[in-house]
Amino acid sequence: LNKIPVSLRMENPGYCTGSFDGLHHPSDDDDDEMVDIAGATLDFSTTEDDPPLSTGGYEEYSSSRAAGMNGNGPTKLVDPLEDPVPGVGTYEDFNTIDWVREKSKDRDRHREITNKSRQSTVALLHSVSDAFSGWLLMLLVGLMSGALAGGIDIAAHWLTDMKGGVCLIGFWFNHEHCCWTSNETTFQERDRCPQWQSWAELITGTSEGAFAYIVNYLMYIFWALLFSFLAVTLVRAFAPYACGSGIPEIKTILSGFIIRGYLGKWTLIIKTITLVLAVSSGLSLGKEGPLVHVACCCANILCHLFTKYRKNEAKRREVLSAAAAVGVSVAFGAPIGGVLFSLEEVSYYFPLKTLWRSFFAALVAAFTLRSINPFGNSRLVLFYVEFHAPWHLVELAPFILLGIFGGLWGALFIRANIAWCRRRKSTRLGHYPVIEVLVVAALTAVLAFPNSYTRMSGAELISELFNDCSLLDSSQLCGYKQPTNTSDTGAGNSLADRPAGKGLYTALWQLALALVFKMLITVITFGMKVPSGLFIPSMAIGAIAGRLLGVGMEQLAYYNHDWFIFKGWCSPGADCITPGLYAMVGAAACLGGVTRMTVSLVVIMFELTGGLEYIVPLMAATMTSKWVADAFGREGIYEAHIRLNGYPFLEPKEEFEHSSLTVDVMRPRRSDPALAVLTQEGMTVGEVEALVESTHYSGFPVVVSKESQRLVGFALRRDLLISIDNARKRQEGIVSASQVVFTEHAPSQAPDAPPPLRLRGIMDLSPFTVTDHTPMDITVDIFRKLGLRQCLVTHNGRLLGIITKKDILKHMAQIANRDPDSILFN
Amino acid sequence: MGAGGEGVCVCVCVGGEARYEQTCLLPVLLQNSEDIRCKCIFLCHCISLMDNCLHVVEPMPVDGKDVEAYCLRCECKYEERSSGTIKVTIIIYLSILGLLLLYMVYLTLLEPMLKRRLFGHSQLIQSDDEVGVCVSLNIAPFANAHNVLSRSHSRPNVLNKVEHAQQRWRRQVQEQRKSVFDRHVVLS
Repeated sequence: LNKIPVSLRMENPGYCTGSFDGLHHPSDDDDDEMVDIAGATLDFSTTEDDPPLSTGGYEEYSSSRAAGMNGNGPTKLVDPLEDPVPGVGTYEDFNTIDWVREKSKDRDRHREITNKSRQSTVALLHSVSDAFSGWLLMLLVGLMSGALAGGIDIAAHWLTDMKGGVCLIGFWFNHEHCCWTSNETTFQERDRCPQWQSWAELITGTSEGAFAYIVNYLMYIFWALLFSFLAVTLVRAFAPYACGSGIPEIKTILSGFIIRGYLGKWTLIIKTITLVLAVSSGLSLGKEGPLVHVACCCANILCHLFTKYRKNEAKRREVLSAAAAVGVSVAFGAPIGGVLFSLEEVSYYFPLKTLWRSFFAALVAAFTLRSINPFGNSRLVLFYVEFHAPWHLVELAPFILLGIFGGLWGALFIRANIAWCRRRKSTRLGHYPVIEVLVVAALTAVLAFPNSYTRMSGAELISELFNDCSLLDSSQLCGYKQPTNTSDTGAGNSLADRPAGKGLYTALWQLALALVFKMLITVITFGMKVPSGLFIPSMAIGAIAGRLLGVGMEQLAYYNHDWFIFKGWCSPGADCITPGLYAMVGAAACLGGVTRMTVSLVVIMFELTGGLEYIVPLMAATMTSKWVADAFGREGIYEAHIRLNGYPFLEPKEEFEHSSLTVDVMRPRRSDPALAVLTQEGMTVGEVEALVESTHYSGFPVVVSKESQRLVGFALRRDLLISIDNARKRQEGIVSASQVVFTEHAPSQAPDAPPPLRLRGIMDLSPFTVTDHTPMDITVDIFRKLGLRQCLVTHNGRLLGIITKKDILKHMAQIANRDPDSILFN
Repeated sequence: MGAGGEGVCVCVCVGGEARYEQTCLLPVLLQNSEDIRCKCIFLCHCISLMDNCLHVVEPMPVDGKDVEAYCLRCECKYEERSSGTIKVTIIIYLSILGLLLLYMVYLTLLEPMLKRRLFGHSQLIQSDDEVGVCVSLNIAPFANAHNVLSRSHSRPNVLNKVEHAQQRWRRQVQEQRKSVFDRHVVLS
C-alpha cells in the first residue's frame, strides 16, 4: 500500500456511501458478502483512511501524533510534557484508570527528559533530579509515617490509661510512665504508686471496697462512651471516608479505581485523631489496618510535591504500594513483613523497582519510630517476644490443631461479619451509626470491665500471653506452685515445668470467658463507622486459645511424664513446653485464617520474635489454617468486603473456569440497541454532544463510517466533554454545526462553513481488540495483565461490540450465582 | 546480670521484705535523671553483682555455694525514655482535638445561628436532601448559608477565595457523607 499524496486524497473525498444498514450478525462469517456490503471500494486509494504507517514516514507521523490538537499542523512538534487542555487525561470519581495510557504517558515523559538532557546542563540536572525524586519521596513518606505512628502510639497509650485514673505529677503521663521513677512499688504490685490515682481514689478517697469498684466501673464506662462518641461525630462531621479499616478500599484503589478524597488531608487528620479515640475507648479493634490507610494518605499528600507523581496515576500507585508496606512496618516493627504484606495482600501490580523502594521506605519509617521511642525501651512494638526456648516435633500436633482452630475461626468470622455488615447496609441499623457505636462501646465496656483480661487493651493482652513465665513474674497467669527445691533453675533463665497453682486456674477460666466474649464482640465491631482494624483482635483470640492449649499441654506433660509421647524428651525437671510459644502460634493461625495471609504473616511473626527457631511451627499452623479456611470459602476478609461493597475489583488470583466466549459477554447483546459509535468525520458538535449526553457510557469507539464499522480509535467521554467545552469557550467559530474531525487532515469544506473541531489528539489510536471467538479466560487474562478498562470486540475486522471490566465482573457474578447488580461502579 | 543499654545496673538491697530499692547505682552516669532508670526486679534477697559481694541481712534461705545462684534472681534492665517527647505529643494531640471539636461546634451550632441573626430567617437556604437525613443526635448538616453571604457582599479577593474553598470542601464532605452514611455505597 503506497503513501497517497495529500492532494490526490483531497480530490476524492468520499466513497460510495453504500445504502447498506450495517448488520451486526455475529454469526455472519461469509467474507464475500461482507466485501460486497461495503461496495467495491476496499481499495484504499479512494477512501479517506489515514495511510498506514510505513517506516519512512514514522518520524513525521510520530511528530504529528505528538502535536496537540485543534490546529497544530503535523510539522510542529509540541512538547508532550505540556498539557494540551487542563482536564484531559484525568479521570472522574469512581472510575477506573487506564493503566496503559498512564504508563505510556510516563514513558514518553521519561524519553523526553532523557533526550533533552543531552542539550544543556540544566536539563541534565533536571533529569538527575527526576530520577532521584522517587527516592526522595520514599524518604519523606517513611519519615512522615513513622512520626505519625509514634504519635499515635504515645497518644493511644495515654488515653487508654485515662480510663483508669490520672497521673498527678503531669497529666500527660500514662500509668507506666507515672510510676517510672517511683520507689514505692513492690514486687506483688508493680504498678502501684502514689502518683497515679485511680478515679475511685480521686473521687472517694479509697481504693478498696465495693464502692470504689463501682466508681471505677462507672468512670470506665463514661470514658469509653465519651471517646467513642467523639470519634464517631468527628468522622461524621469532617471525613466520612475515615471510617473502617481502609484496606479493602486501598486494594481497590491500587487496582486502578479512583476514589477522590479517600487519601486526602482531612481524611488523614481525622483518621489519626479518631483512631486514637477508638482504640482508647476499649472497643475490640486494632490500629494496624488504619495505619496502612494513614501511611497511604501521607504518600498521596506528598505525591503532590513531585510533578512526576502528581500527574500520573500509575506512578502514584507505585508509591501507594510502598506506603502500604510502610504502614505494616510501623505497626509491627517488621519492615520485611510489611513489604511482603504489600506484595501479597494489597498491591495489584508490584514491579521489582517498587520492591526495593518499599523496603527503603519501610526501613526509614521503622528507624523514625525507633528514635521517637514510644515504648520507652527502644522496642518498636509492645509485644516483642524474647524467649528462645526450643520446641519438639511432637508439639507439631497441637500446633496443627491450633491451625485448624484458626481456620475455623476465620471462616466463621468472615461469614458472621459479612452478614452483620450486610444487615447494616440494607436495614434500619445503618441509619443510626452514632447510636450503634455508642451501644457497642457501652456493651463492650460493661462486659469487659469485670474480667481483667478484657479490661486491658488488646496489645497488652497479647504481650502478657506471649510472655514466658520466669520466677520474677507475679502475674496471675504465672501463678504456678512454687517448686520445692529452690535451686532448680534449669538452663538459662527458663524454669522447669511446674504444676498449676490457684492463680493459674483462675486465670484459665477468666481467659476462656474472655475468648468467648472477644469472638462475639469483634464480629459486630469491625466495620463500624470509626477507624477499626482487625489484626489485634484476631491475634488476641488466637493467643488466648494458644495459651490455653499450651498450659493444658504443660500440665499434661507434668503429670504424665511416662506417657510414650512425652517420654523421650520431657523428663521431670526440664522445661519442655512453653505456653508463650503456643500463644504466638495461635495468634498467627487466627490472623491467617481471617486474612488468608501466608508468607507475610510468617515473616511478620518471626520479625516479632527475632529468631528463626519458630518458623516451622508458624508455617505449619498458618498453612493448616489457610487450607481449612479455604475449604469454607475462598475469600479473605478484605476480598469479602470488596465484594460486599461492589467495587470493580478483578481478583488477580481467581481462575476463570467457565468456557464462554467473548461474544457471550460483550455488549450490545442481541436485544440491546446498537453500539454507540462516533464517526471519524461527518458528525457535528451538536450531534456528538447529544450522543454523549443521551447515554452514560464512559467511552465511544470511533469508526471510519457507520457502514464499514472499521475501527479508528477510542475516545473517552470525559475527554470529549472537556475538549468540546473548552473549544466552545476558547476557540473561535466553534458552534453546534461545526464538524468534528478525528482524522489527521480535515476535509475541505465550503468557505462559509464554521471551522472544524479537531479532536484527533484526545483519541486513543491503539485500542485493544479481541475477536468475538476469543475464549473468555484469555480475555480476562488480558484485562488483568494489562489493566484494561474496556476492550473492543471485532468480527472479521469490523467492530462488533465492546466489553468492559464491569461486564466481566457481572458475568463472573452470574456464573457464581450471585446478584450481578451488586457490581456498582464503572 | 545487668542487661542492655549504655549503663550497667547494680542493685543493692537492704534487708526485709521484697521491695524496690532506690539505691540503684549507675557507674556511667552520676545522677539519676528523670528520663533514665534502672528497672530492677528482685525476688527476695539480693546481693550486689559487683565483685565484693554484700551479703544481706539474715537469714539467707540457702547457704554456701548456692548464694550466688540464688542471687541470680535479680533482673536489671536499663531503660530510657523521653518525657519531653511524651509531653509535646500529648499536648499537640489535645490541641488538635480541641480545635476540631470547636470547629465542629461552630459549624453545626453557631454559624447557622449567626447567619439567621444577621440575615433573617427567610434567607437561610437549606437544601432539600439534607432535611430528614439528620440522625437522632440532631447534628445538622452544614447549611449553605455562605451562598447567601457571598452573593450579598463584594469582598476582597482572598476572603472570597477562602470562602469558596470552604464551600467546596463542605460540599465534598456532604457528598462523602451521603455515599458512606446514607446510601451505604462505599465503606459499608
